[in-house]
Amino acid sequence: MVKKVSKLPFRGTPDQAAQLEAVIAEHKSDPSQLMAVMQKAQAIYGYLPYEVQVMIADGMEIPLEKVYGVSTFYAQFALSPAGKYAISVCLGTACYVRGAQAVFDHLQELLGIGPGECTEDGLFSLEACRCIGACGLAPVMMINSEVYGNLTPEKLEGILAKYRD
Amino acid sequence: MTATELNVLRDSAKAKLTAGSASGPAARIVVGYATCGIAAGAKPVLESLKKELADLGLTNVSVEEVGCIGMCQYEPIVEVYTPGAEKVTYVKMTAGRAARVVSSHIANGKVVAEYTIGAATGEAPEGGVIPLSETAFYKKQRRAALRNCGVINPESLEDYIAMDGYQALAKALTSMQPGDVIQVLKDSGLRGRGGGGFPTGTKWSFTAAQPPGKKYVVCNADEGDPGAFMDRSVLEGDPHSVVEAMALCGFATGSDEGYVYVRAEYPIAVLHLEKAIADARAAGLLGKNILGTDFSFDLHIRLGAGAFVCGEETALMTSIEGNRGEPRPRPPYPAIKGLFGKPTTENNVETFANVPQIILRGAEHFNCVGTEKSKGTKVFALGGKITNTGLVEIPMGTTLREIIEEIGGGIPNGKRFKAAQTGGPSGGCIPEALIDTPVDYDNLSAIGSMMGSGGLIVMDEDNCMVDMARFFLDFTVDESCGKCNPCRIGTKRMMELLEKITEGNATLEDLDKLEELAYHIKENSLCGLGQTAPNPVLANMRHFRDEFVAHVVEKKCRAGVCKALLNYYIIPEKCKGCTACKRVCPVNAITGNVKEPHVINTDLCIKCGACQATCKFGAIIKQ
Ligand SMILES: Cc1cc2nc3c(=O)[nH]c(=O)nc-3n(C[C@H](O)[C@H](O)[C@H](O)COP(=O)(O)O)c2cc1C
Ligand code: SF4
Ligand code: FES
Repeated sequence: MVKKVSKLPFRGTPDQAAQLEAVIAEHKSDPSQLMAVMQKAQAIYGYLPYEVQVMIADGMEIPLEKVYGVSTFYAQFALSPAGKYAISVCLGTACYVRGAQAVFDHLQELLGIGPGECTEDGLFSLEACRCIGACGLAPVMMINSEVYGNLTPEKLEGILAKYRD
Repeated sequence: MTATELNVLRDSAKAKLTAGSASGPAARIVVGYATCGIAAGAKPVLESLKKELADLGLTNVSVEEVGCIGMCQYEPIVEVYTPGAEKVTYVKMTAGRAARVVSSHIANGKVVAEYTIGAATGEAPEGGVIPLSETAFYKKQRRAALRNCGVINPESLEDYIAMDGYQALAKALTSMQPGDVIQVLKDSGLRGRGGGGFPTGTKWSFTAAQPPGKKYVVCNADEGDPGAFMDRSVLEGDPHSVVEAMALCGFATGSDEGYVYVRAEYPIAVLHLEKAIADARAAGLLGKNILGTDFSFDLHIRLGAGAFVCGEETALMTSIEGNRGEPRPRPPYPAIKGLFGKPTTENNVETFANVPQIILRGAEHFNCVGTEKSKGTKVFALGGKITNTGLVEIPMGTTLREIIEEIGGGIPNGKRFKAAQTGGPSGGCIPEALIDTPVDYDNLSAIGSMMGSGGLIVMDEDNCMVDMARFFLDFTVDESCGKCNPCRIGTKRMMELLEKITEGNATLEDLDKLEELAYHIKENSLCGLGQTAPNPVLANMRHFRDEFVAHVVEKKCRAGVCKALLNYYIIPEKCKGCTACKRVCPVNAITGNVKEPHVINTDLCIKCGACQATCKFGAIIKQ
């Protein structure tokens, strides 16, 4: 799996660092909790910038290359920040056979970005996912945690407009 | 809690769940509140029900959120239980409809026939009502693994106990030996529902045979098949069944600790499972000295992070240990050296969900349905080009035709059935000629597909089988962990060949190369992902070879999917010569005079589709 690594400067706050330190302290004794720590770190920072991975490696006393190995292995770990509204289009089988690819293609055109990218204003980011369990409404997409079903390319502009203002 | 206290609690909980009983509500309303229900708008429905009940002062009516009722197509769904009457199933509910159900059905005993399932499917007589169990969708189903889904409140331990929950565990702990539990499972013929179909009792006996010491029980809730959601529904709708089964497995195999590995994409399932574990622990059904016996067992949850290969049992264990989820070579098998190097029993969610009823009611209760070598029922997530999408649980041996045409209601929009796909990215498509095949493990393998975990995707004439093969392979290329070469490099090369075909640049020789490569990858990959990755391609080449050949020789995609092979064409008889298409074409590829049929110059056409979208007469087609 190829991942886009963000080149944005790291903007972590002391408050976020304190939260992460608390998480690390809780799990430090158990190296098998590395993924759980990384999941929580991602919840705190929104993604896993290099600096955060260093903090985890140092805190858990696990080599950085192992932390990096895990963060690049699993699709869920993001190495670049998501937009304010993270759009995730389901390309699971049920959605695909009902035309999800056309929906995904059209979204890329509308937003002017590719998968794994974020619009310049930071408003939208786009990615594909596999089956969110709403196959009955296929094709579907999620914007943050809101699910939109029975999509057609024509419906997209209207849905995006709701988030634009 | 002791076994006797459990019985007392069951009896009182049962009464509370029964509408019209002394301690129960006057009526019980349930709302399907799983991921699909919420996505379809169950929340405003629930709120409206509660508000209308409060406004009418109907305090003795319970409203509960339940798991997936199974008919995704008809969500949001509300079901009403009243004393002495059949359950009434209302579909496609809205806030307004919900209010009317309360004021008419609950307050005045008048069922609102036009909102019921029978009216929606057209099966009920005009103005009449039929129970869900008599609809074509339901008639041939038999709910075992899903028996509590959509019936009880999944967040309530009491509800689960009311349905004889934890009785199997009590029975095992108080009156059975570990070996007895395993024997009943062996007799039942239960086979793993996670894909491979390995006999569950035999698997448990391997771990049980290991010398006493630290052992683990692992539940595989990674559900990687992209287009399937059986395990999610069980965890969301009936999490205690898995908790109870894992404790039973711990008892039978001599383990005191278990892990459930859940896909992170299933937040509601995780929440319900967390609550179930905490509640069971508080009630003495997990933890030290369960039900007052000397058996102790506890559970942890671990979240996956989006890697399909982690569904493979050894990769899953590597991932629980906090590593990149790469598979390990087997042997040693997990029963000998599994999680943290200890003997481990690993089963799928649905496999576990079947266990408590087998232990409680005996092997015959389970194996009275099914085929000779595949007993019991199997849950399928029915999706794609099918009228009734949703979750169905059918006895093994039901034919695909029954599932698709009767239960699934056939193909929508008058289209023709083309293929059904089972087994996800490890399985294969099944063509029309084979849809009378009774579904079981061995039959599906024999026709080049596999049971898989239960995704069943239906395709119609508009789906291109070459493109579907490319779709599944794209998935495996993306998900290959990269540990071994045949899978990492081989699938990528197969992908390139398939792309050549869909773009019209391939030769017949490429088809042979593709096949040869496929067999090579199957034989030489380390884990099941690589060993099965070529299956969708091989199955499609076997059953739909003419489509592949058409792409290569005629450079045609008959389904009209492969963009590079499509040409837009104006049907002269339908064209009115309005010039709309000519004006909208960005590259001036369309010529023609007013009121005369127009023509597209395919050499200039960039296939943007603008003309087709503009034509008011349906005169422009892709072919
Ligand atoms: C690539 C791959 C993915 C798998 N994904 C899953 C899965 O998502 N869920 C599952 O239960 N089993 C999955 N399996 C099968 C497991 O390895 C294992 O056989 C199964 O969980 C055993 O449980 P069972 O005997 O109850 O079926 C997968 C296997 C492979 C090779
Ligand atoms: S077959 Fe594929 S997924 Fe399995 S170990 Fe090899 S590279 Fe990894
Ligand atoms: S395939 Fe898209 S929600 Fe299941």
